Amino acid sequence: MTDPGPSASPEQAAAAGTLAARIALKQRAGGILVPVVTVVFALVMSGIVLAATQHSVHTALVAFQEIFDGAGLNWIFHPTTNLIDISAYNLSQTLLQTTTLILTGLSVAFAFRCGMFNIGGQGQYFVGLVVANWLGVDFAGMNPFAHILLCIVAGTLAAAAWAGIAGVLKATVGAHEVISTIMLNWIAFWVASWLFGAGGPLQNSTQPTVPVSNQVSSSARLPDFWGAQGFQGVHVGLFIALAAVVVFWVLLNRTTLGYEVRAVGFNPDAAAYGGINVKKNLVRAMAISGAFAGLAGALDMLGGTTNYQFGQLDIPFSQVGFIGIAVALLGRNTALGTLFGALLFGSLLYGSFHGLGSSAVIQPELAGNLTYIIQGLIVLFIGADVLILYVWNSRKKLRRPPANPAQPAKATAA
Amino acid sequence: MSTWAARLDNPLSARLRDPAATGALGIFLGAFAAFLAIPPIEARTVTWPIVVGIVAVALGIWTVSRGRRRLGWGAVAAGVLGIALGMLATRSSTENLGSAFDATLVAQTFSFATPLVFGSIAGMFSERSGVVNIGLEGMMLMGAFWGVYGADKGGSWVVGLLVAAGVGGLVALVYAFFAIHLRSDQIVGGTGVNFLAVGITGYFFVELYHNNPVPNGVSLLPNVRIPGLSGTGFFAQAIGDLNILTWASFALVILAYVVLFKTPIGLRIRACGEHPRAADTVGINVYAIRYGCVVLSGILVALGGIYLSEGPQGNGSFIFNMTNGRGFIALAAMIFGNWRPAGAFGAALLFGFSSALALKLQVYSSSAATLFQILPYVLTLIAVAGVIGRTVAPAADGKPYVRQ
Repeated sequence: MTDPGPSASPEQAAAAGTLAARIALKQRAGGILVPVVTVVFALVMSGIVLAATQHSVHTALVAFQEIFDGAGLNWIFHPTTNLIDISAYNLSQTLLQTTTLILTGLSVAFAFRCGMFNIGGQGQYFVGLVVANWLGVDFAGMNPFAHILLCIVAGTLAAAAWAGIAGVLKATVGAHEVISTIMLNWIAFWVASWLFGAGGPLQNSTQPTVPVSNQVSSSARLPDFWGAQGFQGVHVGLFIALAAVVVFWVLLNRTTLGYEVRAVGFNPDAAAYGGINVKKNLVRAMAISGAFAGLAGALDMLGGTTNYQFGQLDIPFSQVGFIGIAVALLGRNTALGTLFGALLFGSLLYGSFHGLGSSAVIQPELAGNLTYIIQGLIVLFIGADVLILYVWNSRKKLRRPPANPAQPAKATAA
Repeated sequence: MSTWAARLDNPLSARLRDPAATGALGIFLGAFAAFLAIPPIEARTVTWPIVVGIVAVALGIWTVSRGRRRLGWGAVAAGVLGIALGMLATRSSTENLGSAFDATLVAQTFSFATPLVFGSIAGMFSERSGVVNIGLEGMMLMGAFWGVYGADKGGSWVVGLLVAAGVGGLVALVYAFFAIHLRSDQIVGGTGVNFLAVGITGYFFVELYHNNPVPNGVSLLPNVRIPGLSGTGFFAQAIGDLNILTWASFALVILAYVVLFKTPIGLRIRACGEHPRAADTVGINVYAIRYGCVVLSGILVALGGIYLSEGPQGNGSFIFNMTNGRGFIALAAMIFGNWRPAGAFGAALLFGFSSALALKLQVYSSSAATLFQILPYVLTLIAVAGVIGRTVAPAADGKPYVRQ
């Protein structure tokens, strides 16, 4: 891991008991081992479910191989840039999924590093998506570079402002960010449903009865860097997402802002004592967190998997903001970890929905649900640091300082 | 008691000039302004809503000038909103109004509120004992699916209820182990439960029913017909034909209040949620209480879930991810109701009313009805922002306890 992660002493911070501090402790204790063990455990558990319900261990093993192939990961055995090759095509689609998940993962991770749980990535994603669609449709015929920039910047800023509401509420009246972001999620959900629904302001102007938006004009579409005629290619948003990973790392580890954000995440009281404006940093961290999710939404609208438009009926099935939680937790809220987490979940999502979707091994619909099970198990077990530490303790004598119940985890009280 | 005595001693006029009273009256009049134009009053001119609304605004301004700013601005907002809604209502036709505001609106409010009542009381038990249960959504979904499965295989809705409660309790037990013994972060753990429930119910829905609706003829939760209340009267339509779980939800609210606030066990539960160390010191088994409460919460919210699939709206069929955020609304209702049974019941009714009204608003415009769905969430956001009085969570809510 090149990402050094939090630099303050994790043991001391853990005594203060904030969520970020506990995660930092786990990072020191488990290294890269914890997420790997969690993933393997989740895969084995879901494999047991598969084997038990299909009455065959062999079927379960083949199903996992199909997920692997379906995600295009078998591409490494015979690399080619020709999308007509099925493994290359599958890989390109996995990369599209990964692009979105990198950004929603970074969104959750950034808030975590400030000691906050941004569960509202889904709503912020919708805000970025809606704004990008609105501007992408309305300013047709602009200079493509200016148009794309306008859509991305506006979508990102709008989502930052949307998430900033939760930050302001937390900083001013102490409203818990989990509750406020859940509420903001559903408000964004229904407003987007209204905007794209029949009779809504952003609904398709040529087919008034179809609850789908207009297509983003060609001047606002992101160019593909890996594509072929008749295929959905991989757009340059992947590089924007990779750049965002670098920005995340630099922002957090090499700037005053990042130092203050992490300090507040470890221990708000100590940070305040050290002269850091805690309230300002809560709002700032939440807004930056929302910006990442909004960027994901904007990129998905301008390129990506939505075919340049979005429908009312697509909204309930969009889960990328929530999967970002699993991505960030698995990556232990570091830049590089989030990147790998996004790649794993991107592969799982595409591989199970589409790889198994065309196979005869198990019912296609089972596979998609299997991904939810794996995701749930990963989130459930990654949060159980005591269990993982216990396993770790039996290997290496590392004593966890007793948690002080008088100063409990900040991010958990609802 | 002394404040009550002091209030009784004051002359009536002084009490009426109290800013708290004028502010509350202003908010009430603001709401009343909107109701003047809809049945059963149905004022057909715009005059009366405007007059009443202006009185509400005036009272609000008076209250603000007397120092109760929050309450005063609330009354001003209620007055303005009342005028606007009143004007809207007078412009629409009486038939549309009549179909939107009738006794079935009451019945549907109760129907939409039922799962929310179960969910919010469930969340209350868990959080009063000090464990945040964001996994309500997932446990509700489990109840919805396994309840229908139980009713289908067992041949009776009673079996369905038992299976739903059992599965809900089991999931809650697993979550409790993570939250209490493993001291896992409770928000993260609950989020995991939610994902897991979507996956498990979706997986077995495909596996057992091949994504098709459950076969016809599944034994449904019965409605309770009140003898002597039938026909087309207001009360007959409003409460004459409610579901058995709706009645159970009313009873649950009273029961929850009695248990939490009038019994020794309730005192113990609240002690564990406020100050687990002190509770431990006097010999209360904090872990046992928390386990019990979380499992109870899983059972209750699963009963809310089975209402969705086996109740009058679900009609015995499960749909992928059919809770669609109701567990979160239940959580919001609990917070809105300030972690108290009566408050949560009121909030659940309010949210149920807005859902029922959104359904009725389809006659005007389906797009407006969609937008209307945001009301519960906006209200909750306003509530947590502290505009309508500050909500206060139990002090040790969400904080793992380590025995010493």
